[in-house]
Amino acid sequence: MKAFLILLRRELALAWGNGGGPLLALAFYACVVTLLPLAAGRAPERLASLAPGIAWLALALAALLSLERLFERDFEDGALDLLALGPAPLEAVAVAKCLAHWLAAGAPLALAAPIAALALGASPHIIPLLIPCALAGGLAFSFLGGLGASLALGSKRGGLLVAVIVLPLYVPPVIFGAGALDALAGGLPWTGGLLLLLAYSTAAVALSPIAMAAACRNALD
Amino acid sequence: MLRTIRIKDLSLVRGERRLFSGLNLEIQAGQAVALTGRNGAGKTSLLRVVAGLLRPIDGAISFDGVSGELEAEVARAEGLHLVGHYDGLKSTRSAWEELLFQTLWTGGCEASARVAATKLDLDRLLDLEVRRLSAGQRRRVALARLLASPRSLWLLDEPMAPLDAGHREGFGAVMAEHLAGGGMILAAVHDPLPVPCRVVEVGG
Repeated sequence: MKAFLILLRRELALAWGNGGGPLLALAFYACVVTLLPLAAGRAPERLASLAPGIAWLALALAALLSLERLFERDFEDGALDLLALGPAPLEAVAVAKCLAHWLAAGAPLALAAPIAALALGASPHIIPLLIPCALAGGLAFSFLGGLGASLALGSKRGGLLVAVIVLPLYVPPVIFGAGALDALAGGLPWTGGLLLLLAYSTAAVALSPIAMAAACRNALD
Repeated sequence: MLRTIRIKDLSLVRGERRLFSGLNLEIQAGQAVALTGRNGAGKTSLLRVVAGLLRPIDGAISFDGVSGELEAEVARAEGLHLVGHYDGLKSTRSAWEELLFQTLWTGGCEASARVAATKLDLDRLLDLEVRRLSAGQRRRVALARLLASPRSLWLLDEPMAPLDAGHREGFGAVMAEHLAGGGMILAAVHDPLPVPCRVVEVGG
C-alpha cells in the first residue's frame, strides 16, 4: 500500500508537471465544445438537444488524447523495468497509473463538463446528474484507455492504434451516460442508465488492470 | 538477503535465434561475475532473465536466502537491483525527485538517498532537471539507488560505460564494498570489472 501511494504521487506529479497535461486536456475540451456551434449551426434549440451528447463525446476524446503515452514513456526510458521489479505487482502499478490519470485529467474534465453543457444551452436541471455521470464515465475512460495504451506498447503510430482499440470500449459508457441524461431531460426514469454506467465503470476498474499487467509483461519480454 | 543464485541449464531464444543453451552459473554471497561476449550474444537478455523480465525457453533459476530456497517472485522483488542501458529517469523531473522515487520504490528511505547521492558525488546535481545532465551523470543518478536501498544482487548492464575515469574508480570502490558486505554482482561488461571476479563468456 505504501509503495502504491509512492507511485501514485509520482504519477500525479508527472501528469501535472510537464507542460500541464490536465490543462491541455481542458483546453482541448473547450475547443471541441466551441467548434460544435460553428459546425452544427447556431440554432439554440438544436444546440440544447445536442449539448449532453457533445459533452460526452468531447470528454471521451479529451481523455483519449492524454492517455496515449501512459505506458509508452516508461517503456521507452526504462522506468517500466523498475516498476516491474518493484514491491507492488504490475496490476497495482497499472491501477496507480490509471487512477492518477483520472485524478489529473478525468476529474477536472468532469467538473468542466457542466460548464460546457450549460454554455451549449442544456437545461440546468441535468447538471446534478451530469457531474456523477462524467466522473464515473471518466473513470471507465481512464482505465479502458490505459488498457489500449498498454496493448499498443512498442508499436509505432501508437496513438491511432490506441484510439482504434479503445473507442469501441467507450461505446457502452457513452450510451448509458447519455441515455440517463436524455431520460432526465425528457422527464423519464433515469436511474437505470446511471446504474449501468456505474456497473460498467466498476467492471473496467476491476478487470482492466489484469489485462494491462499482462500486456506490459508481454511488451517487456 | 540472498546468499546463492543458481542458474541451471538455461536456454534462451529471441525471435528465431537461439542465444545460448545449457548455461550453468552459480553465484555465492561476496562474488562477482562478469559476463562478456560479442554484441548481441545475449548478455543483456541473461540479466533480464535473472530479473524475471524475460522467460527462458528452458532451464531454471533459483534463489537461496539465509534459511533455504526463496520463492523467485519474493526474491526478485526484495533482493535484486537491475540497472540497464536506460536509466529509467524522467527528463523533466529533477535528479533528486527521480532518485528519491527510485529509492522509496525499491524500499529505501530519504536519508539513505541523501547518503548515496553524496557517495556518488551527486550533491551539486540534485536540483537540476534530468535532461540537463550528461549521460555519465544520469548513470550515476541511476546507480545511486543501488546504495540507497540495499539489496543483495546487483544486475548491471554496462554500468560504467558512460562514466569518466575518476567515477569509474569511485564506483569500483562501491562495488568492492558491496561484495565485502556479502553482496553479489552480475555484470555485462566489455571492459574488465575493477573488482575480483569470474569471467563468463555468453554465447560462445
